[in-house]
Amino acid sequence: MIDIKNLKVSVEDKDIIKGLNLKINKGEVHAIMGPNGSGKSTLSYALSGKEGYEAEGEINYNGENILELNTEERAQKGIFLAFQYPIEIPGVFTNNFLRTSLNAVRKAKGEKELNAVEFLNLVKEKSQKLKIDKEMLSRPLNVGFSGGEKKRNEILQMSLLEPNFIIMDETDSGLDIDALKIVSNGVNAMRSPERSFLIITHYQRLLNYIKPDFVHVFSDGKIVESGDWKLALELENDGYAKFVS
Amino acid sequence: MSASDEIIQQYQDRSEYDHGFVTDIDTIEVPKGLSEETIRFISKQKKEPQWMLDWRLNAYNRLQKMEEPDWQKPKYPKINYQDLYYYSAPKSFKDGPKSLDEIDPEIKKTYDKLGIPLEEQKRLSGVAVDAVFDSVSVATTFKDKLKEIGVIFCSISEATREHPELVKKYLGSVIPVTDHFFATLNSAVFTDGSFVYIPPGVRCPMELSTYFRINAQNTGQFERTLIIADKDSYVSYLEGCTAPMRDENQLHAANVELVALDGAEIKYSTVQNWYPGDKEGKGGIYNFVTKRGDCRGKNSKISWTQVETGSAITWKYPSCILRGDNSQGEFYSVAITNNFQKADTGTKMIHLGKNTKSKIISKGISAGQADNTYRGLVSVHPKATGSKNFTQCDSLLVGNKCGAHTVPYIENKNSSSEVEHEATTSKISDDQLFYCRQRGLNQEEAVSLIVNGFCKEVLQQLPMEFAVEAQKLVGISLEGSVG
Repeated sequence: MIDIKNLKVSVEDKDIIKGLNLKINKGEVHAIMGPNGSGKSTLSYALSGKEGYEAEGEINYNGENILELNTEERAQKGIFLAFQYPIEIPGVFTNNFLRTSLNAVRKAKGEKELNAVEFLNLVKEKSQKLKIDKEMLSRPLNVGFSGGEKKRNEILQMSLLEPNFIIMDETDSGLDIDALKIVSNGVNAMRSPERSFLIITHYQRLLNYIKPDFVHVFSDGKIVESGDWKLALELENDGYAKFVS
Repeated sequence: MSASDEIIQQYQDRSEYDHGFVTDIDTIEVPKGLSEETIRFISKQKKEPQWMLDWRLNAYNRLQKMEEPDWQKPKYPKINYQDLYYYSAPKSFKDGPKSLDEIDPEIKKTYDKLGIPLEEQKRLSGVAVDAVFDSVSVATTFKDKLKEIGVIFCSISEATREHPELVKKYLGSVIPVTDHFFATLNSAVFTDGSFVYIPPGVRCPMELSTYFRINAQNTGQFERTLIIADKDSYVSYLEGCTAPMRDENQLHAANVELVALDGAEIKYSTVQNWYPGDKEGKGGIYNFVTKRGDCRGKNSKISWTQVETGSAITWKYPSCILRGDNSQGEFYSVAITNNFQKADTGTKMIHLGKNTKSKIISKGISAGQADNTYRGLVSVHPKATGSKNFTQCDSLLVGNKCGAHTVPYIENKNSSSEVEHEATTSKISDDQLFYCRQRGLNQEEAVSLIVNGFCKEVLQQLPMEFAVEAQKLVGISLEGSVG
């Protein structure tokens, strides 16, 4: 699914990611853990093609190096980033945004665009599962949303767009236990042999709910240790000091 | 640049302004220049009665002592009024709008291309159209059907001949002949525009609309529109405008007067898409327009909605004189400037009657190296007790080379009245664009979505038939504004 080779990323001439190698097979869930400032968010932006993130090396996605593709081309091919801080867009109703986004992706895939009725039926079904209130969908996108509402909205978008490769950037930050459970259930429901996840997080807490196949420790722009989910427990007990030079 | 690159470039430039083509027809033009002779020629072409000619000549004489204003923010090179044509009409056009079957096929084609078919059966069933081509009205649809219920909808030229008592009574009663330089110029040389009269108690069953097209070169268009809503009547009117792409600037100086009597309501919408000039700021229309509504009767209401996306310079303040007690004025505006376009627009709300209310919602969007100014006056006179105004001016910047300015003038001479003013300035952030693009929208779709959200409150005011078109236009006008 994803094969990253010797990825180097700089922002405003500052080197942040310094030679990353990571292979994620179909159906796998990988977690990347690391201290503040280790370059975790930069990795999520570089993978999704944000402007201003100068990348070299290879990001092979289903056999194609997507390094030169822009943000929307990657999104249309099924790469999804769940934001740590979802962005507010005043005046644009959430429903309208979701439909515009879904239809843009469907159009790019050569699928039929959904009309208003088809869309509303679909969004109703998906939002009920995430315990999202109808009223939230008729508010401007993320404006005045609570932390939990914003994150649930991200998961709703994920479940509508049905991407193949999902990057979750600190999705657990700002969530109480109830919201964390809802979000995790949403993610677990989407796990499938055809879909891969990269979960970026500080804490092991989220990994109790979404159990990863592999855990990597990220420090100073590189993976310094890899293991199975037990590595996350070790980090929780001993901290990052052991891995950080 | 290689030849093929040039062709691609030309094609791209063209695709951004879809209405930039020229219709090739023979025209009758008055010799260049502003003179008494020119005015007599126009009046004769239009077979006007003597009083109308005298009215024009009076305006012309007054104009000699007036000076062109220059307090506006967008400056422009001096216009040589002797170098303009003041009248241009298709040769095939003889006695004003005739039956729809007799219209010059070339002109018919022009309107088809613009998406305004003149055949009634092809039209949106709820919309009647007056089509103005350069200086003349070439067709008015559904005229007879409207006549049955007493609604008069025709060209202003026809009205001066057929309904002189109404024209005499109301023309110049809202915008005095000597109001200011451009209004006086218009009064002297105005060519065509629409005339609407809604009789007492009638709710006009159709949207009335006028479509203005400038075609001829070096020609000024001097539109004159007069709408009268008699007691307890209602009308919704919409105007649209386009012009060919030319390297020279062209002048469109219109006067629009609205009169609402007791209990009447006029809703006036504009979708202005004159040629804005090219990416380097060459060419484009100077849109210098005087629009004013008089809420003359008690409980009357006038509502202006404007979507201004075209023109090199837009300079206009659609205003309401709230004369009747309990009368209401509204102004909803979206002004988009891209590349080197400039806009200085807003409104004036003059509260004269008791318990009068006004509401101003202005959304200015500036991209490229454009400059956008909201300028507005709210004036509450001493006798206007219990009056209220609410003003909201929001500016949105796209990129970092454009400008947005808000210049509100507030005069409150009545202690029982309330005036509120709110203003915001924001910018489309890179994070907003990234978020939209990460969800599969391309750059242009993202900008269009964000901007449409920003001005939704205003676009909602447009008649339904036009709201969707306006939304698309908002997106198109901002193409190429980011990245």
